[in-house]
Amino acid sequence: MTAFDPRGVRTDVPLTRRVINGRTITYLDSAASSLTPRTVIEAMDRYYENYHANVHRGVYQTANEATTIYEGARDAVARFLNAPGGSSEIVFTKNTTESFNLIARSWGATFLNPGDVVLLTEMEHHANIVPWFQLRDTQGIEVRFIPVGDDFRLDLSEIDELMRDVKLVSVTGMSNVLGTIAPVRQLADVAHRHGALIAVDGAQSVAHSSTDLVGLDIDFLAFSAHKMLGPTGLGVLWAREAILDAMPPFMGGGGMILDVSLDGFTPAKGPSRFEAGTPPIAQTAGFSAALKYLEGLGMANVAAYEKELTGDALTRLALEFEGRVRIIGPGDTLERGGVISLDVEGVHPHDVAQVLDQFGVCVRPGHHCAKPLMKRFGLAATARASFGPYSLVEDTDVLLEALGHAVKMFG
Amino acid sequence: MPGLDELYREIILDHYRSPRNRGELPPPAVRVEGFNPLCGDEITVYAQVENGVLSDIKLTGHGCSISQSSSSLMSAAVKGRSLEEVRGTIATFKHLMTAHEERLDEGPGSSVEADVRRLGELAALAGVVKFPVRIKCATLAWNTLTQALDEIPVVGDTSGV
Ligand SMILES: Cc1ncc(COP(=O)(O)O)c(C=O)c1O
Repeated sequence: MTAFDPRGVRTDVPLTRRVINGRTITYLDSAASSLTPRTVIEAMDRYYENYHANVHRGVYQTANEATTIYEGARDAVARFLNAPGGSSEIVFTKNTTESFNLIARSWGATFLNPGDVVLLTEMEHHANIVPWFQLRDTQGIEVRFIPVGDDFRLDLSEIDELMRDVKLVSVTGMSNVLGTIAPVRQLADVAHRHGALIAVDGAQSVAHSSTDLVGLDIDFLAFSAHKMLGPTGLGVLWAREAILDAMPPFMGGGGMILDVSLDGFTPAKGPSRFEAGTPPIAQTAGFSAALKYLEGLGMANVAAYEKELTGDALTRLALEFEGRVRIIGPGDTLERGGVISLDVEGVHPHDVAQVLDQFGVCVRPGHHCAKPLMKRFGLAATARASFGPYSLVEDTDVLLEALGHAVKMFG
Repeated sequence: MPGLDELYREIILDHYRSPRNRGELPPPAVRVEGFNPLCGDEITVYAQVENGVLSDIKLTGHGCSISQSSSSLMSAAVKGRSLEEVRGTIATFKHLMTAHEERLDEGPGSSVEADVRRLGELAALAGVVKFPVRIKCATLAWNTLTQALDEIPVVGDTSGV
């Protein structure tokens, strides 16, 4: 592996040195939110100490500098994604969830008619389910789901049948519960062949693998900065320029208009028409630093490294807990990311997480905002461990030690 | 930081592994469902009242060791008691669950100590207070039972019984 040095990454992230219950933290919840490198924290400090002002339309120097930082982040995102139309396709939102609500409320409410179908999958996060149900209730659309097979992968055997009347396919690039990676390019081809558009939930996939929008040939992409070493409060919606231009604004207010009179308003052109009100400016400074940091690591290296960690953890879990711990997700690392959902026989996920906390191990118990998927596999909850670029094989050592304790305790 | 053994007392693990009073009761027993949407815990309480006495109680549902053992311990503590005694036990237990962590170790004469004395086996759940996110798990069954008692027809109203 080239220059990728996980121990160096670990050193760059201050929170990895936190002590919990007398032990150094073992953070295995990166799927929920990633830890923050010092350079990202410093970029935000620098912004507040030197440049803070509201963006756009300012004449004085710091206002111009703040605007440069904000718009510079848009350029950085476009580069990171290899966006075909550049930064005019990048809309800043609050998070993935807001990005999906924007697609549904703006594009969906404008272009979908009663009887039109939005095709999701059974492994979606609620962020890519609830906005479509809301639209179903107001707009009379139908919401349909691609099933997940017993092998924890999308079952595409009847995809052409499922595509009837579909106007939008909206799928997660990588499941935040199973770790399953969806065949996005294949689905994009299917969608386009049927005259539909495709949106991708990149909350996990953009954070843990390299994204090339030119190669993917999708139409919308949503993701959150806080899952990819960046700050909270900032998300992205990317959409093809022609699609964005046809979408009406989602929220109204300052910053999103070209003109307002007593008779009405004309929305601005470009991404700012979707960015009403003062945006998260400091967060864009932090996010630029996060993207730079990730580019320094190389997203392909991050993906390969996390795959290695995942493979090792899957093997050792199977070896040490045969029959006691079931992996809710693919058992191999083929088209699979570093999210490992555990079902421990006889131990409720909350109890697993509680015992692990005693060892300073941070895993998440619950339904992970994917209740339909939980139901599909007959579960109320799982305990989920997930990796980031600062994770080390020692984290798996502690996880296994703590799991052994949990199993013994409830045995 | 409190140790795990303060939360997972042996009595709690025992009631989790072999819960008491599992099952259902036919009408006219009152049936009430309780949910903890945060963690997906579900409990159904069946309460049978005769002559002002909780003559039988059964429970179904699933959840973590704290919610399941709390419901089992509760059923053992309230079964066969007068409604007045049951309400008293509920009040005492809920009072214990609101005790501030530091007060748990207060000595004789304190209100916590009095609660613990009154609750007997149930006092094994006292350690939950030191793990605030788990208090909701421990109180789920109790809130559901309270609701069941509220749905029982008032004394003297024997219609439908
Ligand atoms: C796959 C997926 N989609 C959407 C989300 C929602 O992200 P956010 O809470 O940042 O809007 C998450 C994270 O929780 C996720 O993992």
